[in-house]
Amino acid sequence: MTLMQKFLGAAATLALSAGAALADPAIIFDLGGKFDKSFNEAAFTGAKRWAEETGGNFREIELTSEAQREQALRRFAEAGYNPVVMTGFAFASSLDTVAPDFPDTKFAIIDMVVDQPNVQSVVYKEQEGSYLVGMMAAMASKSGTVGFVGGMDIPLIRKFACGYVQGVKAVNPDATVIQNMTGTTPAAWNDPVKGGELTKAQIAQGADVVYAAAGSTGLGVLQTAADENILAIGVDSNQNYLHPGHMLTSMMKRVDVAVYNAFSAGPDLKPGFNVLGLAEGGVDYAFDEYNKDLVTPEMKAAVDDAKAKIIAGEIEVHDYMSDNSCPVK
Amino acid sequence: MDTANFFLQALLTADMTIRVSVVLIFACLAGLFSERAGIFDIGLEGKMLISAFFTAAVSYQTGYIWYGVAAGIAASLVFALIHGVASITFRGNQLISGVAINFLASGLTVVIGHAWFKKGGLTPPLSDAERFHEITLPFADTLRDVPILGPIYADVISGHKLLVYVAMLIVPLTWWLLYRTRFGLRLRAVGENPASVDTAGVSVVRYRYAAVLIAGVLCGLGGAYLSTSQGAAFGKEMTAGRGFIALAALIFAKWRPWYALMACLLFGFLEAISNLFPNINVFGLFEIPVQFTQALPYILTVVILAGFVGKAIPPRAGGEPYVKER
Repeated sequence: MTLMQKFLGAAATLALSAGAALADPAIIFDLGGKFDKSFNEAAFTGAKRWAEETGGNFREIELTSEAQREQALRRFAEAGYNPVVMTGFAFASSLDTVAPDFPDTKFAIIDMVVDQPNVQSVVYKEQEGSYLVGMMAAMASKSGTVGFVGGMDIPLIRKFACGYVQGVKAVNPDATVIQNMTGTTPAAWNDPVKGGELTKAQIAQGADVVYAAAGSTGLGVLQTAADENILAIGVDSNQNYLHPGHMLTSMMKRVDVAVYNAFSAGPDLKPGFNVLGLAEGGVDYAFDEYNKDLVTPEMKAAVDDAKAKIIAGEIEVHDYMSDNSCPVK
Repeated sequence: MDTANFFLQALLTADMTIRVSVVLIFACLAGLFSERAGIFDIGLEGKMLISAFFTAAVSYQTGYIWYGVAAGIAASLVFALIHGVASITFRGNQLISGVAINFLASGLTVVIGHAWFKKGGLTPPLSDAERFHEITLPFADTLRDVPILGPIYADVISGHKLLVYVAMLIVPLTWWLLYRTRFGLRLRAVGENPASVDTAGVSVVRYRYAAVLIAGVLCGLGGAYLSTSQGAAFGKEMTAGRGFIALAALIFAKWRPWYALMACLLFGFLEAISNLFPNINVFGLFEIPVQFTQALPYILTVVILAGFVGKAIPPRAGGEPYVKER
């Protein structure tokens, strides 16, 4: 251990132990950043709601590099925070090694399954929500071509894409879906400029509705869509307010609910798997005053109908991650 | 693919190539000035980042784009000065100073941004008056119907944002300055053999500072382009390695302005290809995965550095602090 590491470690312990009441919850945000207006911000909203309602305190940290994952986890657990919630699939391997070392601490991980006795895994059926917004995209599209911009190329994002394509094809089997992934490294969540360029490329190929599932990169997608006067679909948080008149809807993933529930449960957090889909209110499409003029009554009726059918099990939306392939393109 | 469609796709690719190359061109020319004067500059990334931030922030605050650009250039100049003081006046290691600048920019932008806007380091989205817009060159619409040349003029040459044209003008300007003026001759000499320039009674320190500051202005423009032309807000780490690609392009170009333009356009072209045609199908035989096209600039750089395409010789005094007397 170099002197620098020692120093940093000591500073981190000091910072964390200062004011650490016993069994306060803690949350770790992933690299996209707390204010990505999307995934991490949804988690923050849930934590904030818990703090406002209970008057409790929670600790938080925004990661700035991959190397901090395990360190942040250990520090929080050592300092006695319970439960420790983390947002993002990328924590899986770190948590898998850290969790057995702190059997009395409860962990919650969102977007990934970690099989440990003290870990609650929360995963979503993103394909179901994406299916609904895909239907809306196909109905709103005049050109018959719609786009999808993903962040980092990982199975989870392909799951969004696959559900979306299935929804589009359900409405218009002849529709074309142009898919782009921003990159293959975590930097792909933070590149709005590239997101904008990809959107321009899709527009040039005829797309008139684009769905962004790309963290902060998505902000560039939505901005370009608004500038070029086409429709966009937001993700994770309700992003309709960002560009009223150009936001068809948002695929909401209620990360806030999962965080709120985990914080409320406190040290009694129940380990195991939690799969949240349309039926559980874990995912949904957004409908509010910002997009009510864009969503026609027929569109809403069709989507609500499909939603009911998915909940009833009459429509089965294929999950990309179940077999790492998508039946439609 | 029929000819008309192919032509259309080619236009699209050319248009996007220009858009994504501009930031590389600014950064690459900045590096060119600096390194030609013997100061290695791996802080291009950091200077662009701080400029991108201040351009967006001040533009948002004042509602006027030019104040933003001025602030962005000023911020980049301050960073250039830090690099200058560390590596020229105090003869520190230029690479380390550059690394420090990158770290400083990546941290400062988020910290200042958070204190300023309370949005975790992002700036609020910029409205129309606070960013650059497409300029339609004269006759673009009337000439569009002229076969072949019309669409090229209307779609590829016209319809870019102001800074794109600025970048294209700076290339010949750089060439003229470096190869046709006394200033340029001395600047290059400072990077090759500072002792001889010193013997001639020319201040090495002054020329090196001048070069570093010019690099600051160019990086400032590059950053401004990112946050107010290509994007419409600042996001943390939004330079995303473009400063380093520009350095690769600089080596690729063997430290020459026109080659630099070509190298940046080539790298931009590869990015445009990977944006527009994620998976290229070669005659229906096999697919070139998008990861390959994305990695091509780096592969090309390695090939160049390995000496396959002639030798890339950096300025001889590059990286060496100049000590007057021994």
